[in-house]
Amino acid sequence: MRRYRWLAAIPTLGMLGGVPFANRVHPYVLGLPFLLAWIVVWVVITSLVMALIYLLDSRRDAELASTAATSPDDSRSS
Amino acid sequence: MTPALAVIIGVFVLAIALGLMARRGHVMSLEQWSVGGRGFGSVFVFLLMAGEIYTTFTFLGGSGWAYGKGAPAFYILCYGAIAYSVSYFLLPIVWRYAQTRRLVSQADFFVAKYESKTLGVVVALVSVAALVPYLVLQLKGLGIIVSEASGGVITQAVAVWTSSIALVGYVVVSGVRGSAWTSALKDVMILAAAVGIGVYLPLHYFGGYRAMFEAVEAAKPGALTLPASGMSPAWFISTVLLTATGFYMWPQFFAGVYTARSENVFRKNAVILPLYQLVVLFVFFTGFAAMLVVPGLKGAAADLSLLRIVEQSFGSWTVGAIGAAGLLTALVPGSMILITAGTIISQNIYRVMAPAASDRTVSLVARSLVPVLTLVAVILTLRGGQTLVVLLLMGYNFVTQLFPALILSLGERQRVSAASAIAGIVAGELTVVFLTVTSASVATLLPGAPQMVKDLNVGFVALAVNAVVLTVVALATRVETPVVTELARTR
Repeated sequence: MRRYRWLAAIPTLGMLGGVPFANRVHPYVLGLPFLLAWIVVWVVITSLVMALIYLLDSRRDAELASTAATSPDDSRSS
Repeated sequence: MTPALAVIIGVFVLAIALGLMARRGHVMSLEQWSVGGRGFGSVFVFLLMAGEIYTTFTFLGGSGWAYGKGAPAFYILCYGAIAYSVSYFLLPIVWRYAQTRRLVSQADFFVAKYESKTLGVVVALVSVAALVPYLVLQLKGLGIIVSEASGGVITQAVAVWTSSIALVGYVVVSGVRGSAWTSALKDVMILAAAVGIGVYLPLHYFGGYRAMFEAVEAAKPGALTLPASGMSPAWFISTVLLTATGFYMWPQFFAGVYTARSENVFRKNAVILPLYQLVVLFVFFTGFAAMLVVPGLKGAAADLSLLRIVEQSFGSWTVGAIGAAGLLTALVPGSMILITAGTIISQNIYRVMAPAASDRTVSLVARSLVPVLTLVAVILTLRGGQTLVVLLLMGYNFVTQLFPALILSLGERQRVSAASAIAGIVAGELTVVFLTVTSASVATLLPGAPQMVKDLNVGFVALAVNAVVLTVVALATRVETPVVTELARTR
């Protein structure tokens, strides 16, 4: 199971779900009005979350490859 | 000759040279021409995908929306990030299937999955109906940018004709390799130009970013937030979701996926592209600065705000660099549209009508279509009136209608019939045409609904009609699934 892949839904839910509440000018964040800052932060989080999933997937692929190499029958179990 | 003109011509010549040189060492079969022989690594695929984000729409429209509408423009920044996170899971599946079947077009994907050439023809027609207006949009933008940046020395007509002829040249010769190479040049120019002016203008005119936004808020209260009705949060969220849904349904995008050497390319790109998209932020900055520095542009003229503020703020060299970057934002997507449209018509329409045609003939037809399509687009660009605007509005909704049928085909077994996919797509497209022609919105369709519902993007209505028709027909024409496979799956 690659349950961690559900993490990818977080940025979308956060970004869009927060829009009704983040729809304001103050406080300014890094010189940006709040709504724009909210979106920018979530765009950055999107990249970070995708990077995390990429790393976890790479590790998992490597594990599967090594399990398959040692015991071909058992590659499904992990 | 002004420095601006020299820069524009210089970059133009360089782009064409790169486009032509891209062919070197490759024999142009259809597979090579359309999808680069499926040999592109991360960098080239990245350039093609990024090449698609920074079209003339992002450049002129992004600043124009910020200038004319304010905060609703922020939706442009959102949908890409969402589409990329989906791409991590979607594109490897598409790529793997296309790789084993040696597909060259998006319509091919539907033909193979649903085992229906008729569905392929339907998808091909939808694609062309969406692509040609999109090409016209690029050429229109190109004409505006070049004539403005050259100070009117080059007229729009001259700019459009010259670029189109050069475009045909390198597209016919190099195919998608030409797009990738010119895209590299384009990205360098855009990064330098868009980021450069976006960083500089707020500092120059207002002394800082916060100071600029405060001035905007003082001059136009409410410009930095979404209004309570109209382009409200409900509009914003529904538009972002709808646009993200349609994002990879564009045929040139979909076929761009086939160019990759391995599926890992998409996973890496899904990490980088959201960050890269932040360049749009600087386009917004320019639009907001223009709101105060060059006020008074109304309606469609808002799209000129970026060029006007650049002309007013910089010397001729910089104006030329912006003009050249703008030129490239039209050339690169334009070339991909031409390749895709040529491939689709030859592969999914011509080949169906002439089943005996050899691969060589199909490839020849694809490339011969490039000048024809370009000529149509140039004529529409220079002569097109109101019809064109309507077609453009429909383009994105047209391709979005392919989404339900695509998603339902991703499983290992095909569960719904080709007839249901065709019925859904046709019903969806007809709804799009009806809604656009009558300028309907959810508010006009459901006058009694709460404001939040009224503000929802009307594109969802077409998608819903599509899904309902698809489901009904799918239930009526159920694909028989062998019991053995069902058991095997449930275990």
